[in-house]
Amino acid sequence: MSFITGVGLTSFGKHEGSSSLDLMSKAAQAALDDAGLKRAEIDGILCGYSTVSPHIMLATVFAEHFGIRPAYAHAVQVGGATGLAMTMLAHHLVDAGVARNVLVVAGENRLTGQSRDASIQALAQVGHPDYEVPLGATIPAYYGLVATRYMHEYGVTEQDLAEFAVLMRAHACTHPGAQFHDPIEVADVMASKPVAMPLKLLDCCPVSDGGAAFVISRERTGEAGVRIRGCAQAHTHQHVTAAPALSELGAEISIARAREATGLAISDIRYAAIYDSFTITLAMLLEDLGLAARGEAAARVRAGHFGRDGAMPLNTHGGLLSYGHCGVGGAMAHLVEAHLQMTGRAANRQVRDASIALLHGDGGVLSSHVSMFLERVR
Amino acid sequence: MSKRLADWTRGEQAITYQTCTACGHVQYFHRAFCATCGASDSREQRASGKGRVYATSLVCRAATPETRAHVPYNILLVDCAEGFRMMAHGENDLAIGDDVIAGFKPFAGKLVPFFTKRK
Repeated sequence: MSFITGVGLTSFGKHEGSSSLDLMSKAAQAALDDAGLKRAEIDGILCGYSTVSPHIMLATVFAEHFGIRPAYAHAVQVGGATGLAMTMLAHHLVDAGVARNVLVVAGENRLTGQSRDASIQALAQVGHPDYEVPLGATIPAYYGLVATRYMHEYGVTEQDLAEFAVLMRAHACTHPGAQFHDPIEVADVMASKPVAMPLKLLDCCPVSDGGAAFVISRERTGEAGVRIRGCAQAHTHQHVTAAPALSELGAEISIARAREATGLAISDIRYAAIYDSFTITLAMLLEDLGLAARGEAAARVRAGHFGRDGAMPLNTHGGLLSYGHCGVGGAMAHLVEAHLQMTGRAANRQVRDASIALLHGDGGVLSSHVSMFLERVR
Repeated sequence: MSKRLADWTRGEQAITYQTCTACGHVQYFHRAFCATCGASDSREQRASGKGRVYATSLVCRAATPETRAHVPYNILLVDCAEGFRMMAHGENDLAIGDDVIAGFKPFAGKLVPFFTKRK
């Protein structure tokens, strides 16, 4: 058994003068305060990576800086799936009795700490160094390839994809911490600058500064209880050249494993927190996970299904697409928002019932997947 | 195992692939073993260069000065006749399902495979 006893999230966007460690510390302090725990009570630390300040021992760099001497600590690297992979590991660590309170933390000054070109170049290295990167492929290009194929096989259009950007922006407009607060329409997405077709600027998440943290504990520390009901992973490939067919991608495998581990069905889910690095990522994952039928996710967006008041509220903070993407902390914001929703603390964004949430993270080019069910306990 | 054949990743105008003599698995990324069964005696050959377009993405925003000089450039995934998939460049108007044939072009200081429509 494990509980998420505290969450912390900074605003995303520009944090001029803040280092990755500063942003990690800010989020970690917020998570500790939320859990009502002191530094001495944290006996495990898991942290992500920083492309701005790479280090071979980031967890102990952070532990020393923040002032914790943990019994267990290391960094984890699974790209965009890192936040949920760390949460899964923390869940197993506390469940196995290795640690009592594990701090999961990530933060990066990715926007102000390096140029946009440097960020794009750093991320493009998830591609194959001999067979892909020399072709000038970028992360948007890897996902652009997946997008044209997905659109070809399932009849999805660029306008369909644009709906996801519009939805995430609408959600971000209601969150003061989001990077973007200007409403957009499908026409704005369609008219935005081409990046790697069919993906245009507004189909892509931004580069952000920000940090996020949670505490995973063996015992509840407050009245509000959010329990990790169960989770699973799947890793089918690293490089898009080596990816399996669209019908055999890892999201379907990891959700099947997570459903088996928890005994939960898709119909049990009341809130969805799904990785959305690009509009195509969100569209595909929703369909791979079974939250929409093949080729029908966009129609569900148009029908209000994924809105705050819809049947399946989705990324009510605005997701990576509009809350922002600071690396590992980016997708951790999805979990923070899910926690706020489940504990009735989402203010003007509060949904009716977030008793059971599905979280899903994706790293690489749909390479690494983590599916996780959270359950509210009273 | 015989000596590795030079291919475009090493500046040669060629695309190569490996076929496992034990299990028949075909792989594009060169390794000293078969990724399916682990056998170490894969047969390495030059590919015909014939294939069919699996996916495309026209890159309009590049991240380095060298690659920026080439935008827009079309990145492809091509299913090659010999049974492996590869990433390459190609004509900007290629579409999924087009039958294509490989040539080679300089790109950002290197040689890259460039596919054109097969007549």
